[in-house]
Amino acid sequence: MTEQTLPHADRRKRQLPQINPVYFVLAALIVAIVVMNPAFAEPTGYMNFLKRAAPLAILAAGQLYVIVSGGFDLSVGSVITLVVVGSSILSNNDPNSTWWVIATMFAIGAGVGLINGLVVCYLKVPSLIATLGMMITLNGVAFMWSGGSPRGYLTDQFRFFGRVNISDLPLIRILPVALIVLIVLGFALYWLMHRTNLGRMIHAIGDNPRAANLAGVPVNRVRILAFIVSSLSAVAAGIMLGGFAGVSTDVGTGYELQAITAAVLGGAQLLGGRGSVPAAIAGALTLNAIFTLLNFLGLPQPIRQVVQGLILIAAVAVAMQRRKHTGR
Amino acid sequence: MTDLIATRPKLAFRFDRWAPALLLAIALLAYVVIALYTGQTQYLTVDNLISVLGRSIALGITAVGQTFAILVASIDLSVASLISAVSVLTSVIMNGNPAMVLPAIAAALALGLVVGLVNGLIITRLEVNPLIATLGMSLIIQGCLSAFVSNFAGSVPPEFQVFAYGGFGSLSYSLIFLALLAVAAWFVLRHTRFGSDIYAVGGNKDAARVAGIKTARVTIGAHILCSLCAAMAGLYLASRLRSGAPWIGSDGVYDLESIAVVVIGGTILAGGRGGIWGTMAGVIIFSLIDSIFNLAGVDAFAKQVLRGIIIVAAVAFYAVRSKRLVA
Amino acid sequence: MSDTPVIAMAHISKSFPGVRALNDVSFACHAGQVHALVGENGAGKSTLIKILSGVYRPDAGNIVLNGANANFKHPVESLRAGISVIYQEFSLLPERTVAQNIFLGREPRKGLVLDHAAMRSETRRVLDLFGAGARVSPDALVADLDVATQQMVEIAKAISLDARVVVMDEPTAALNEAECEVLFATVDKLRERGTAIIYITHRMREVTRLADRVTVLKDGEVAAHFDTPPAPDAIVRAMVGRDIADYYAPPATQAEIGAPVLSVRNGGNAFLRHIDLDLRAGEIVGFAGIQGAGRVALAMALFGQVPFTTGTVTLNGANAAFANPRDAIRGGVGLLPGDRKAEALVLMQSVRDNGLLTARAFSPLVGTQKSNAHASLSSMDALLDQMQVKAASYEQDIKFLSGGNQQKAVVARWLALKPKVLIFVEPTRGIDVNAKAGIYHLMRDLARAGTAIMMISSDLPEVIGAADRIVVMRAGTIVAEFPHGAAETDLMLAATGETEVAA
Repeated sequence: MTEQTLPHADRRKRQLPQINPVYFVLAALIVAIVVMNPAFAEPTGYMNFLKRAAPLAILAAGQLYVIVSGGFDLSVGSVITLVVVGSSILSNNDPNSTWWVIATMFAIGAGVGLINGLVVCYLKVPSLIATLGMMITLNGVAFMWSGGSPRGYLTDQFRFFGRVNISDLPLIRILPVALIVLIVLGFALYWLMHRTNLGRMIHAIGDNPRAANLAGVPVNRVRILAFIVSSLSAVAAGIMLGGFAGVSTDVGTGYELQAITAAVLGGAQLLGGRGSVPAAIAGALTLNAIFTLLNFLGLPQPIRQVVQGLILIAAVAVAMQRRKHTGR
Repeated sequence: MTDLIATRPKLAFRFDRWAPALLLAIALLAYVVIALYTGQTQYLTVDNLISVLGRSIALGITAVGQTFAILVASIDLSVASLISAVSVLTSVIMNGNPAMVLPAIAAALALGLVVGLVNGLIITRLEVNPLIATLGMSLIIQGCLSAFVSNFAGSVPPEFQVFAYGGFGSLSYSLIFLALLAVAAWFVLRHTRFGSDIYAVGGNKDAARVAGIKTARVTIGAHILCSLCAAMAGLYLASRLRSGAPWIGSDGVYDLESIAVVVIGGTILAGGRGGIWGTMAGVIIFSLIDSIFNLAGVDAFAKQVLRGIIIVAAVAFYAVRSKRLVA
Repeated sequence: MSDTPVIAMAHISKSFPGVRALNDVSFACHAGQVHALVGENGAGKSTLIKILSGVYRPDAGNIVLNGANANFKHPVESLRAGISVIYQEFSLLPERTVAQNIFLGREPRKGLVLDHAAMRSETRRVLDLFGAGARVSPDALVADLDVATQQMVEIAKAISLDARVVVMDEPTAALNEAECEVLFATVDKLRERGTAIIYITHRMREVTRLADRVTVLKDGEVAAHFDTPPAPDAIVRAMVGRDIADYYAPPATQAEIGAPVLSVRNGGNAFLRHIDLDLRAGEIVGFAGIQGAGRVALAMALFGQVPFTTGTVTLNGANAAFANPRDAIRGGVGLLPGDRKAEALVLMQSVRDNGLLTARAFSPLVGTQKSNAHASLSSMDALLDQMQVKAASYEQDIKFLSGGNQQKAVVARWLALKPKVLIFVEPTRGIDVNAKAGIYHLMRDLARAGTAIMMISSDLPEVIGAADRIVVMRAGTIVAEFPHGAAETDLMLAATGETEVAA
C-alpha cells in the first residue's frame, strides 16, 4: 500500500483554522492610529472612520466576486461616477424622487454588469479589456449626460445613506447609517459567496472553468452573475459616496484599483478560485487605515497613490511566495 | 482532448493573418465614403492622409513598445503614467533652455529604462501578474508625479518643438521618426536572437526554457523596450504641447489604446504571434476612425463612448473565434 | 560496437506524494542501438525519462553519461550534454517556422544579425539526412504541419543538436501506418549514425521491428531485461505478469446485461463518421484505439461538449442529441474526463466541494450549499466514506490527495446524480496500481446497479480485463467489436488497421 494512510479518527477533525493575516495587519494599524491620535478611540473617531470606509468595503466585497470567478472588474469606478452624476440629474432636487432614482441606478448597474459578463463570456474578450472599455464608455456617458460639467445637487434624502449618523444612542453614542448598510450588505454578500450553491460555483469556475463546465456548472451564467453582483455593489457604493462627496465626473476615479487592492490584501487569489468576503472587507478597512495613518503623518494626498501601488504589488508578491512555499 | 486537436481546421489561422489588412481596407473605405457623403472631398488628399496619421504619433510610438510586451506574453498598463511623467520631467529640465535639451532627453530615456527594468523584475523575480505589477507601477508613477506638479510645468524650447512641428513639407519629422522606429523594431524582431527569443518566450515559455533561453531576461528586455518607447512618446508629447502636464498620458488613454492597437494588428494577447507591421496597421486604423468621427461631426463625449466600444469590439473581433475560455 | 553504454542509469528510485513511481530501476543504452523501454501506462516509463532529462531529480540512484556522473538539475543541462527527448506533447512553437524551431535558442548569427540563410540551409541538410527534405520546407509554419511532420521536425532538432542519446516517447501514438514506416526508417538512419536511441512504446510490433535490447517496466520496477530481441510473448508476459482474476472485477453475466439505454445511429461530426452504437444497462463497454482514433471525440459528442451534427441519439427511446454538457447531465449522462487536473478537479476547493460540484450545479443558485436536490454535506460524506477516500479531512483541498483518491471524489460527484450512462475516459491514468483495482470494482458495482458504462482506455490489458464488450475505433469510426477477454493482438490489429500479424 503506497497511498498515504491516515488514522480514521483524524479525518473528522477539522484542520486548525488559519487566521487570515489581514486581520492582524488591520489590528496593528488601528493600534498605531490610536497611539498617534487617541481621539480615534472615541466613538466619533472610529465611527467616522467606518463611515468613510464603508463604500470601499462594499465595493471590495463585490469586486471579490469577479476576482474569485477569475476576472477583474475595472468598470466599478465609472459606475460610481455614473451613479452620482446620474442621480443628481434625475432627482432634479426633488426629494420625492429618491426611491425611484435609486431603483433606476440599480437597474443601470445590473445592465452594466450584464453587458460586462456577456462581452467576456460570449465575445471572449478578457475581462480586463472588456471592463476597461466599459470604464471609458461609462465615463463618456457621464460626461455626455451632464454636458461636461455636472450641475445640481443630491437631495438630503439621497444623501441619507452615506452621510447621516443616528445619534444619542447608548454606549456607542452615534451610529452611521453607512455602517448599517455595510453590515447588511456585507452579510448578504458573505452569505451569497460562502453559503450558497452560487458561491461554490463562482469558486469552481475561477479555479478551473473547463472542469466546471464538464461538471455541468452553467459557467457563463455564473460568471455573468458575478459581474452583476460587482456592478450592483458599485451602485451601492456610489449612492453612499454621494452622501459625502460632491457631484463631479471624477468621484469614482481610482476606486476600481482600490477595490482590487483591498481584495488582494484580503488574500483573494488573482485569476480566481479563492477569496473571502470578510477578508476583502477587512482589506478595504486596512487600506483606509493606511490612508488615515498617512494623513496623520502629514504626507501629501498623492502619496496615497504611491503607497497603494506598493501595497498592490507587495500583496501579490507575498501571496506568490507563500504559495510557492506551501506547495501549489 | 488530444483526439480532437489532431484534425483542427486551419482556416481561422489564415484569416487572422489577413485580418489587419482587411480591417485597414474597411477603415479606409469608410473614411472615403464618409468624406464623399458629407461632401468634404478636400480631406481626400495624400497630404491630408499624412496629417491624419500625424495625430497618432504618440499612440504609434507607445504601441511599438507595447507590441514587445504583448509578444512576450506580458502587458504594460503603466505606459500612460510614464508618458505623463516623462513629459513633465522633460519640460521641467528643459525649462525653455535649448542647452538642456540633450540632458532632458537622456533623463527621459533613463526614467523609461528604470521603469521598464523594475516592471520586468517585479514580473519575473517576484512573479507578480503583469497586469497587477504594471497597474501598481502606474499608481506609483502617477502618485509621485502628482505630489510634485498639478498643472503644466516647465516649458519646451522652440529648438525641441521642432520634433513635433518641423518636417519636410507635409511630412513631419515625428512621422519619419515613427517610421524609423517601426523599422528598427521590425529589425530587432526579425533579425536578432533577442527578437526570436521574444517569440519563443511568448509562444511557449517552457519550451523556451528547455531550449536554454533565459526567459526572465527576455521578458525584462521586452519591458525595457516598452518603457523606452513610452518615454519617447512622452518626449514627443512634451514637444507637441510645448510643456509637460501630469494628465496627458491618462487623457490619451495610451495604456488601453496601445493595447487595442496591438491587438487589432493581429498580435495575440497570449503572446508569441504577431508583429510590428500589424501594429502599424492598427495605428492607422485608429487614426482613420478618429478622422471619421471628425468628418461626421461626432461630439467629444460621444467620441469617447464610441472609442470604448470600438476597443472592446476590436478585441472581440479576434477573440470571439477562439475556443479558449477567458475570464 | 563497444560494450560501454553511452548512458547508464543505476538503481533509480523516485516517489511522489502517495505514489512510489520508480523502485531501484537500472537502465543503460549503447551507441548505435535502439533500446526499447516497454511497459503499460503508469509503469514508470515517463518518470524514468523525466529523471534522465533533469525534469525530476531521483530520490536515489545515479546517472552516468560517457563514464562521467551526470545528475542533471535542469532540462537544459541534459540537452547540452547531448540528450534529446522527444515527448508526446511536442515542444515546438506553432507560430514559428521549421527552421526557427530547430534553431530555437541557438540561432546562427553574423555579427549581431541572425543568419537566416544558414538556418535554412542547415535545416534542409538535417532534414535530408533522413529523407524528410522533400516533405518539409524550412520556411513552413509548424502550425500548418500535420502531427507526423511535426515529429520529424522534433527529430531534425535532435539531430542538429548532435544528440548522442535520443529518447522517443511513444512516437507512433498519433501516426498512421505509412507515417510509422517513415518514422522507423528515420530511427534506422539514426542508429546507423551511431546515436543511442531509447524508444518507449507498448506495441510489440515496434519492439520486434526496431529494438536491439528491451527493458520491461512494471509498477515502477524492472520486470525483465533482454540483451537480444526476445520473442514478443516473453515481453507481454513480463508486462502483464499478474493475476488478472483478482485484479479486475468479474465480468457481467448474461442476466445482468439489460436493454440498450443509449443508442447512436449513423452519428457523425467533424471528428466522427457513421457511428452506430448501443450502450446497455449493466454493461461495461471498453473503447480501444490509437490516439486520434476518435474515442474521446465520441465521448465528447455523447456528452454534448462537441455534439454530433448528423445521425440520431436516443436515451431510453427519447431524443438525446445533447447540445452541451449541462443538457447531457440533465438527460442522465455523466463523464469523467481523462485529464483529471485540467478537466475534472477544482484543485483549490475541498474534497467535499469537488464531490458536490455537479449536484450544486443542478440546484437553485441561491439555495444553501449544505443540502440540495441531489446531495447534502452528510450524504456526500457518507458516499466518500463508503468509497474509502483517504483524506486528512473532507475539508482539505483536493490537491493534496493522491490520484486514486482524487478520482474517487470525482466518481462521487456523479454518483450523487445517479446517471443512466457514465463515461470514463482513461479512468486509471496516473493512479497507483492498488487504487486501480478499486476503480475497476467501483465501475463494476455501478454497472450492477444498472448504469450503462462506457470506458475509454489506452491501456489494452485494462480494456480487455475490465470491459464486457470491446469496441475498437479507428479514424473516427467504429471498426470492430470483441467480447470480454479478447486477445490483445486482435485488438491492436483492428486499432491500427494492420494486415500482418506482428505479435
